Amino acid sequence: MIKKINNHPKSLRKIPTHYCAGCGHGLAHRLIAEVVDELGIREKVIAIAPVGCAVVAYDYWDFDCSEAAHGRALAVATAIKRVRPDNIVFTYQGDGDLAAIGTNETIHAANRGENLTVIFINNAVYGMTGGQMAPTTLLQQKTATTPKGRDQKLHGYPLKISEILALLPGVKYIERVSLHSPQEITKAKRAIKQAFTNQIEGLGFSLVEVLSSCPTYWGLSPNQALSWMREVMVKEFPLGRIK
Amino acid sequence: MAKIKIDREKCKGCLLCVSVCPKGLITQAEKLNKKGVKPAQFSRRAISSEGGTPLKAGKKGGACLGCSLCAVICPDCCIEVWK
Repeated sequence: MIKKINNHPKSLRKIPTHYCAGCGHGLAHRLIAEVVDELGIREKVIAIAPVGCAVVAYDYWDFDCSEAAHGRALAVATAIKRVRPDNIVFTYQGDGDLAAIGTNETIHAANRGENLTVIFINNAVYGMTGGQMAPTTLLQQKTATTPKGRDQKLHGYPLKISEILALLPGVKYIERVSLHSPQEITKAKRAIKQAFTNQIEGLGFSLVEVLSSCPTYWGLSPNQALSWMREVMVKEFPLGRIK
Repeated sequence: MAKIKIDREKCKGCLLCVSVCPKGLITQAEKLNKKGVKPAQFSRRAISSEGGTPLKAGKKGGACLGCSLCAVICPDCCIEVWK
């Protein structure tokens, strides 16, 4: 007698997402939904959706969500957490949201040591607006606004937001994970669970940087995109616990 | 004996599951789904070109192990694993 051994997470609606084929957002949404189910916090959790490809994440998660203006997710999360300290508040932000327009909010929320969880999706490109260069774009990487590749003289270096935040005393936990193989996906889920557990225990600011693929704007097939992450991206953004 | 079920209408045809199956039992269907993409499909036995493109032809065959690697990497929750 065979049984079904994997169940669709209750916190994720059974509707198709608008993401491109092979996009890492679908995976990240599922990992968060699984963690919320496993920790039994579905009635208490409040998500803050970003601006970017994941702007309609509230359509996919089946728990309370709020939307924030571009880059301001951590400011909104701070307010919600201070007014409702018993709720578990997390933000889900891309690299354009968290590391570009929202750098100010991010650094100050981390420096205040707000008891929040941040899921930072880093795919080294602006997805929603058409594949422009993001602060996290790698050197030599071609995007819509760097057609000859990112040049450090003209565009500077990739911004390593996790390493920057790790310097702040208010930050409790930072880990960088990747979604390029089933093994790494399992590790990513463990890190996300740790970040939520930290908030439940009241330990302080936790951030998980999730390296994710954008096959459409990298100009690669979904499988080639995962190989590129494994061979190139992970060298620029080393995986593991940063703080 | 383990098996998987792929939701062919939800599948976007990224084929990440094809790349991780240790037995090479997942292929791309020839027939389009309603989205207009060729979804992944599961075959219980070793790959044959019948009804699917043998993307991993020649890889070691054998029955499904129920290892769930395909379900773990699927970005769209299209795969159910039965064991």
